[in-house]
Formats: sequence, C-alpha cells, structure tokens
Amino acid sequence: MTSFTINGRIVTVDAEADTPLLWVIRDEIGLTGTKFGCGIGLCGACTVHVGGRATRSCITSVSAVDNAVVTTIEGLDPAGAHPVQMAWRSLQVPQCGYCQSGQIMQAVALLKDFPSPTDQDIDAVMAGNLCRCMTYVRIRAAIKQAAAMGSRAKDG
Amino acid sequence: MFLLARALIALAVVVAIGFGGLAALAWRSAIAPIAPPASSAFTPETVARGALLASAGYCATCHTAKGGQPYAGGYPVPTGFGTIYSTNITPDAETGIGAWSEAAFRRAMHQGVARDGSLLFPAFPYDHFTKLTDADVSALYAYFMTRPPLHASAHANTLPFPLKIRALQAGWKLLFFSAGRFQEQPERGAAWNRGAYLAEGISHCGACHTPRNALGAEERGKVFAGAPIDGWEAPPLTRSNPSPAPWTEDELFAYLRTGVSYLHGTTAGPMSPVVHAGLAQLPDADIRALAVYFADIDDAGARVAEVAPATRHAPAASAPGTGPTDDPAARLTAAACASCHYNAAATVNPLRPDLALSTAVNAPAPTNLIRIMLYGVSAREGAPGVVMPGFSRGLDDADIARIAAYLRATRTAHAPWPDLEKQVASIRQLGKGQE
Repeated sequence: MTSFTINGRIVTVDAEADTPLLWVIRDEIGLTGTKFGCGIGLCGACTVHVGGRATRSCITSVSAVDNAVVTTIEGLDPAGAHPVQMAWRSLQVPQCGYCQSGQIMQAVALLKDFPSPTDQDIDAVMAGNLCRCMTYVRIRAAIKQAAAMGSRAKDG
Repeated sequence: MFLLARALIALAVVVAIGFGGLAALAWRSAIAPIAPPASSAFTPETVARGALLASAGYCATCHTAKGGQPYAGGYPVPTGFGTIYSTNITPDAETGIGAWSEAAFRRAMHQGVARDGSLLFPAFPYDHFTKLTDADVSALYAYFMTRPPLHASAHANTLPFPLKIRALQAGWKLLFFSAGRFQEQPERGAAWNRGAYLAEGISHCGACHTPRNALGAEERGKVFAGAPIDGWEAPPLTRSNPSPAPWTEDELFAYLRTGVSYLHGTTAGPMSPVVHAGLAQLPDADIRALAVYFADIDDAGARVAEVAPATRHAPAASAPGTGPTDDPAARLTAAACASCHYNAAATVNPLRPDLALSTAVNAPAPTNLIRIMLYGVSAREGAPGVVMPGFSRGLDDADIARIAAYLRATRTAHAPWPDLEKQVASIRQLGKGQE
C-alpha cells in the first residue's frame, strides 16, 4: 500500500512496490494527461512533479513516492491558466502535442530554479524532453515569455 | 623419541591451558531471571529519555524485520562470516528481554554479555554502547521495558562452525574490546564532548564508517576512515573524505538535521534511516554537537578556504554537454541527468545536487554512484518528499557505465574508474538490498 497526494487529494493505491508511478497515475487514478513515451526515463513525456521537482514517472517506482506530493499536468492550474500554459497557448507551441504535458511540467520546474533562464539553462534542463515534431524553437520562446510574465507579475 | 614425547606433552599442556584460559575468560554467570517489571516502575521522564536514546542509536533499524513489529528482531545483518539475525528486545519474558533485570541489560550494553551469561556477537555494537553513562543505560532499559511485549523467537544465525561458538568471542574481546565509559575532554568544550559522546557511543557512527579487520573488529588506527557497508561505501569522515568541499559545521548540521546539505547533496542508502528515522528525534543542540565533533574530525576549520574554489568549479563543470554534441556519452548524460542536476553559473542549488561536488562522483570507488543511478533515491531516503528515479530498468550496464565514466571525466580531475561495466553488472546482480 502506498499513499501520496496527487493534485491536492490523498490517494492510497494497492500496487506492487515497483509498479511505475506513470501506470498508477494513468490506469488506476485515471489521469491521462501524463503520457507514456520511451518507458526508460530518456524522453520526458511522462514528466510530473514530485515534491515540486520534475520527475520521470515511467521509471519512478510507486513506492518511492510514499507520503510525497505529486502534481500532474491536470493539477498545475484549475483553469489550465498557469503562466507557462498561457505562454504555450499564445505561441501555439504544440504540433501533435504528445510530448507537451511533459514539456510544460519540465518548463514549470525549470522556471522555479531559473526565473530568468539563459539559452544554455533552457538547453541543459530541457535536453531530456524530446519532441519529434521539433517544436523546440517555440518551446524556448514560450519559456522566455512565461519567464517575462513571471517577472512582470513579481514587479507588478 | 623421548624428546618428541616431551614436546608433545608440553604442547598438550599449552593447548589445555589455552582452552582453560579461554573458558575462564568466556565464563560469565547467568543473572537470575526476573518477572517483567510493571510500566509504573519507571517515570515517564526516564522513558521519554530512553525513547530519544533508542532513536539516536537506531535500535529499531536493526531490531525490526522488514514489515515486522517494532523491536521484535529478525532483521538479517550480513557479515563476512555469515548472517546474524537481530533478536527480540521487547519485554516478552520468554523470547524477548522481559526476564532481564536492569543489571543484566547493563551488562549486555557495557560488556556484550547476555542475561544467561553467553557472549553476544559484536554485530550488536556493545563496543560503542560500553561508553554510555549508567543513567542513559537506565533510561534505555526503562524505554524497552515499557514497550508492548511481543512473542518472537530469534531466527537462527548462519555462522559456520566454529565461528558460531559464542565462547570464542572471549578471545575476540580480549584482542579488540575495551570496556569503559566515555571520558570527557573538558578542554574541547561542551558541544564537542556531547557530539563525541553521541557519535562514539549510542549513535555508533564508527560501526559503518570505520574499516574492520579480518576478524570484524573496527581498526583502531583507522577511525572513521570509511568502509564498505551493505553494498554501499560509507565515506571517510576524516580529511580524506573525497568531497571537493569540506564538511563544515554548517554543512554537517544541515545534512544531519534535514538530509540535504548545500554542497554535499542528500542522504542515501544506509545513511537515510540514520538521519530521517534516528537523528530526527534529537533536539537541534544534539545535532549541532555532532556537527561540531565531525567538523573537528575532518579538520574543516582549517579548510574553509577550499569551499570557494570548489563551488566555483562546480557550475563551470556543469556546462559540458549542454549544447549540440556528437559524443554519445554527453548526449546520454544530458538526457538522463541534466534536467535535475545542471546548475547555472555562480549558483549551486541544494535541490539540484551538483555532480562536480558529489562525493559519489569523486569517490575512489564508483559503488555509491552506480547504486544511486540504478536504484534511485526515494522520497523517504533523500531530500524529504523529492525522488530521484532509478534507471535500472531503462539503462543497461554499458549505458550506466558510460554516464558514470563521463561524469568522472568531466566533473572531476580523478583517474577513470577501471572495469566500470563489470562493476555495474555485479552491483545489479546484488540488487537494491534491504530497506
């Protein structure tokens, strides 16, 4: 039995200790915004937050998040209006969209650590999030736009 | 012939005296059993003090089997000689220590002798507990005697003959054990002495961090010099600790209090329960005392100047592999590690443990780095509530070795680790181990 908080509610799941968190999130809890990509922690599509840190849920055992706080794309903002999501919409970042919930979760975590990221910061932190549609240029622009919105919000 | 016979007789006499001497040394009388004392025999203050000490000594970690009842024993302690199973230390009269008087408990803690007179194996660290004050032993006795009694017989050890003969421990004790309470060194101040008392006594830090000789005794000339433990390497706590930044008092305090430090990353492996379950119960003053003591052990006061160069080097070394590259090891490392471990210039974020500062990346052996890469660090083990996932299912031995070699080459000035892929394979063979 593993208990953790997901998007503000406490869940208890009865899964084998080494079951990937991603399977639990999608198949047991029913939140399907988080996607399965490579299954080996090297593409970033399954990125969620654990304790506020971007975490690949496909290689994270459910037992590892016992008592922890998990946030998925559905829990980022009740109206889907997190600054990063708004920047994503305004620049129409997604093409097919499959990797984008992972990209957004990684970008939100990035901006917490690097409120005004340089290109090198973005390249380094986002390198583990692949996009087969090659939306990288728009991803970088959207991160910078969200960063600008964030610093304006702080100034205002 | 006559000479040979005389020699044989002389030899027989010597052997007989030897065995007789050993038997005399080994012989300890049983202490009469008692009826388990009532809880009311102890003051709540004494019990509370015992609870704190039991936590500081991680008694529950070794005296509780995985998924078992607290203190009912059955936890396997692998040693080089065989597996020793911890015993039931609840006050059950038949299978626990319910029939032990306080004198019997004190003798076990201070001398390593069970109530029935048999000698305990030093897997029970009485070589440390012998330093405890009588008052602290009394408090521990009060705490254990007020736990719920649980009926749980001891699991048979797997020590081979003749090592399983407890009387032989008399020889071990003669060679390696010196009984005696902690001796204060007043000139070093109250905090240092409190830290030393905890570290050398109840918290038995040397049990993992001091190397052991062929007979399993801590080597007196190598106190805190680092040692293998449960498939991990307990790093040296002396100057020879491989971390580029010295463990200053503040770093030690942060690490021992929260499990996270600014320049030394987070707890992992067998150190996780030490901080998160054991020391967590102690007041800040005790954690500060431990920090004062170990900052002295690793001579941090004289090494403060090493902090700045180490922290300057770290983010600079974080950059390689962040841009386009043809190096497959760089690409793999960027994809697997950088999203969490990259640090920008002039900053080190303790929740982005910097790999150039990492003890595991700088250590003489790659053991701890490989373990962390394969099996990760759960939300309970490292920074509270934060997870590093393990890559054991995703990456094969060659890929883990490739990343480890790349980190070693780009983040440190140390020589490459030999036979990395083989070492990954053998650690994978061992598995994650017990939690």
